[in-house]
Amino acid sequence: MAATRLSRGHVVTTTAPTVAEIWNWLDAVPDPEIPAISLVDLGVIRDVAWQGDTCQVTVTPTYSGCPATTIINLDIETALRSHGIQKLELKRQLSPPWTTDWLSDKGRASLEEYGIAPPQPAGGPAHCPRCASSDVTRISQFGSTPCKAQWRCDACLEPFDYFKCI
Amino acid sequence: MTVDQALFQFLLRLGDNTLILGHRVSEWCGHGPVLEEDIALANTALDLIGQTQLWLGLAAEVEGKGRSADNLAYLRDAWEFRNLLLVERPNGDFGQTLMRQFLFDAWSSLMLEKLCDSSDIRIADIARKASKEVTYHLERSSDLVVRLADGTAESHAKMQAALDDLWPYTGEMFIGDDADDILVANGIAPNPADLRAAWLTIVQRLETESTLTLPESDFAHQGGKSGRHSEHLGYILTEMQWLQRAYPGATW
Repeated sequence: MAATRLSRGHVVTTTAPTVAEIWNWLDAVPDPEIPAISLVDLGVIRDVAWQGDTCQVTVTPTYSGCPATTIINLDIETALRSHGIQKLELKRQLSPPWTTDWLSDKGRASLEEYGIAPPQPAGGPAHCPRCASSDVTRISQFGSTPCKAQWRCDACLEPFDYFKCI
Repeated sequence: MTVDQALFQFLLRLGDNTLILGHRVSEWCGHGPVLEEDIALANTALDLIGQTQLWLGLAAEVEGKGRSADNLAYLRDAWEFRNLLLVERPNGDFGQTLMRQFLFDAWSSLMLEKLCDSSDIRIADIARKASKEVTYHLERSSDLVVRLADGTAESHAKMQAALDDLWPYTGEMFIGDDADDILVANGIAPNPADLRAAWLTIVQRLETESTLTLPESDFAHQGGKSGRHSEHLGYILTEMQWLQRAYPGATW
């Protein structure tokens, strides 16, 4: 889409970034608590759209009390402003509620590589992210962030984080 | 009472339940029996405080007097709070804290399930979000109360004592009033009494899967929903609201 603005008395036409470009920029913004994956991988960006000359980004929280929510909004704003977007509106969307089904395949692979077992429908990790053994035991339903639980590998004996399935 | 006035009361009740219970559970932070349980308690408290922001945020919006969720949490005194007496009960020992959590989670999961179908879309949206978190809480609290009740003679005795102590505070969850009637009539919220049978089914796990005995008395302490609280709430607020009381209007 095109926008016009005055520059030194002349009317110039600039092309606003496309929605696809903005998605790419957002895919470069790391999750503040699990920097191995991007906000797009996490599935919290629900929509990107232009409303006139305002860029609207719709964000959904992971857990209602997650302290990273405000940082995520701040990081989105910082990233898009650095790409020259001046009019920006962040909308919070609660419904449908965030689910780990929205984690991208790229994100799931990055999590595993980083040492965090990705969520599984069965409710527990498929295998240890370090040695791939399926001999694993739950230590706690909760972990260092609201989205994780603690597990232990009984083969290599290493504890590891599991991304809770909700 | 108008629908909005009834709705405001109802939202305060939901938000004050999660706020006061969230604060209570957060008192365990750094004091849990083992690190994993400490973290679990802190995470549960965090979810509850997150839900509080949503409920009290909507309460403030419905009230329409320019107040925020923070204003409602930090600038009201005890008689303006609408939480159940159950959630302000002292933490006691770890077993007592878990029993209180289980009795509340069981009720909360049922209430939220019904609210997912509320005629008020704002309420349904929050309920769908909170419902997932509370389902997870209930999974943990029910598992732990059963295991502790079915553990050693000492853990069994402590869990039975906790159940006996908290039982008279559960009846209030199922007693409706004028505000509830208005919301029921408008399809906004369920009749509190209608949740009781399903709640009992969940709670009866304590008898069927462990070895506890549910108290027979159905005597219910009540008052919290209309602002008549036990002495414990004042102490909670003194700590929780300390900053705003000492430095009114402080922000950061």
